[in-house]
Amino acid sequence: MSIGTFDSSNLDAGQKVAVKYFSVAIVLFVAQILFGLLAGIQFIAPDFLYNVLDFNVNRMVHINAMIVWMLFGFIGSVYWLVEDESGVPLVGAKLANLNFWIFTTAVVVVVLVYLFVQVGPGTQSSIWLINEGREYIEAPRWADIGIVVCMLIFFYNVAATFMKGKWSGISGVLVLDLVALAGLYLAGMFFTANISMDQYWWWWVIHLWVEATWEVLVGCIMAWGLMKTLGARRKIVTTWLYIEVALMFGSGILGLGHHYFWIGTPEYWFTIGGFFSALEPIPLVAMVVHAVYDSGVHRFRNGNHPALAWLIAHAFGNFFGAGVWGFMHTLPQINLYTHGTQWTASHGHLAFFGAYATIIIAVMYLAVQKWRGGVWMSGDMPGNGWKWKWSFALLNIGVVGMTVALLIAGYEQSFIERALEGSTWAGYFAGQTQPWFIQGMEWRMLFGWVTAAGIVLLVWDLATIGRGETRTAINPAVSGEPATAAA
Amino acid sequence: MSTTPWWASEDLWRKWAIWITAFMLVILIFLTFDSVAKITAGSDRVPGYDVINKRIYYTFNAERNMEEPVIGGDAPLFGKMYTPEEAEALVTLGKLTTQAKNCMNCHTLLGNGAYYAPDLTKAWLDQGWGAESVREQLMVSFLMDPTANARTYGTGRRMPQLGITEEEARGVVAFLKWMSAIDTNGFPKGFKPIQQEAMP
Repeated sequence: MSIGTFDSSNLDAGQKVAVKYFSVAIVLFVAQILFGLLAGIQFIAPDFLYNVLDFNVNRMVHINAMIVWMLFGFIGSVYWLVEDESGVPLVGAKLANLNFWIFTTAVVVVVLVYLFVQVGPGTQSSIWLINEGREYIEAPRWADIGIVVCMLIFFYNVAATFMKGKWSGISGVLVLDLVALAGLYLAGMFFTANISMDQYWWWWVIHLWVEATWEVLVGCIMAWGLMKTLGARRKIVTTWLYIEVALMFGSGILGLGHHYFWIGTPEYWFTIGGFFSALEPIPLVAMVVHAVYDSGVHRFRNGNHPALAWLIAHAFGNFFGAGVWGFMHTLPQINLYTHGTQWTASHGHLAFFGAYATIIIAVMYLAVQKWRGGVWMSGDMPGNGWKWKWSFALLNIGVVGMTVALLIAGYEQSFIERALEGSTWAGYFAGQTQPWFIQGMEWRMLFGWVTAAGIVLLVWDLATIGRGETRTAINPAVSGEPATAAA
Repeated sequence: MSTTPWWASEDLWRKWAIWITAFMLVILIFLTFDSVAKITAGSDRVPGYDVINKRIYYTFNAERNMEEPVIGGDAPLFGKMYTPEEAEALVTLGKLTTQAKNCMNCHTLLGNGAYYAPDLTKAWLDQGWGAESVREQLMVSFLMDPTANARTYGTGRRMPQLGITEEEARGVVAFLKWMSAIDTNGFPKGFKPIQQEAMP
């Protein structure tokens, strides 16, 4: 056990696996932003990399890197807390490591094929080997099967560890949620010529992941994170978690209907999808109240300032990005004009960042703290903690800036293309060539660079925070003044 | 804790979480059976693949207060009438091609995808093709060489060379024709189709 340096003897077996997942997650996070920048440039300069690395490839890598880094972040987070929460060592540490290497190798192969093969002939073999061409789940079928196998191994490891150790409310919800998360992926693993049927089941994966099972998963991580950073009481966080599950699944499962307005599905989805998706922000309000209330009760006294800041950013980002930005265009009367415009891109940017990127970064800060031997990460850090504060500010300002720029472009697009021009291709392009649309794209680019600066600082900070630190962290569970004694 | 009011009890909310989730799932499964039946190819809302042999109109339905596709008389595609099996095979080739060429990461289909290029839901009926009589060939030529036949409408955005063969291009056109006949509840809003002759 040593302090101030990365020493894996500071970690339990699950956490040793977790830091591997986090490392790959960060690399993919950087890739997400890099390919987002390339795609953003192409909106402004369409000849950039034309017929070399086209928009469709950059955009695919942009969104796929995001999905996979978040999955890696979630898996890492669960491995991080599993021994702490179950009270016993991870049952299959070697299996978890093997699984990690297989999963990572598969991801590398998939990305290389995306970049260097890009597209194939219109045959089943293209879908099995190159890419499936379905937004977010472009991974070829062989990789789909690999993902399911890896998720099952991960699930076995987590469930078996809890079965050997003790169960809690958090772990119960977590394990049931993982079953649903892995099972739902199967709904996206078939080909049909029928685009309506294709999208019906595609949304089972996309919506029931990001608007249901992922939300519950981060609810579990949040509950555990508030106990760790603030010393919040288990009974309180568990009760909140159940409330969130009831509200989240109560609104989110039928909220799926807001994707069924225009894909050929019957008109009753207008009512069901509109009503239940309009309720979806409620659990997110509950999460904000919960996080802020707990922080206030504990007077923000906590052992890891960056982690708590990112947890609070998660609570607000989730509420605004997923909740408010989603609600703004979820009713069919509005969605008829906004569906398939930059509105969706605006919502997507703030929601994925606010709901998921933030909380994974929070757990990463908890991870580096312990990896360095449980170092001090409260106030009075060297340099006043400028790196974490600046990366926090740049990433949040960057994403919010992109969100607002895309929203303005989206408003403009809905008005010109849909309301005025009658949704033709000429109408689409009339919208795309409006100066205000173009300005929106330019502002988005600028804030994209701000976001990129933020990730550079974040990576630097995660690699260096706590280095050479000799003080140990405050234990938030113990009341009284912060301990400042040297280790 | 004895001071916890009944409405804040952990036990109560655990039960609520379980029952609400189960109830919503049952409703979703029930609705899924209904919706899947209504969007199976050959239903009222999603026509069979041999609709590619028919003229597809787009008219305003005052009762529903939305535009909807109407299937007209015979209108052979590429001068040919397809059997239901041939039609399905051609649309399947087209759909496979749209996936293998990753169309959805620039375009939207039924409004889903990326926003770099126009929506393809009603591409078959778009005014951009000029006249009904020439659009098939224009579409095939465009798909096979999008650089030479670029249609950028002043944006400078060109579709990349995707190595689409003539057979694949015909499949894509068939797929787009079939997709334009899906009843999308009036999406995209107020769509103004290519000039149509009166319904026979």
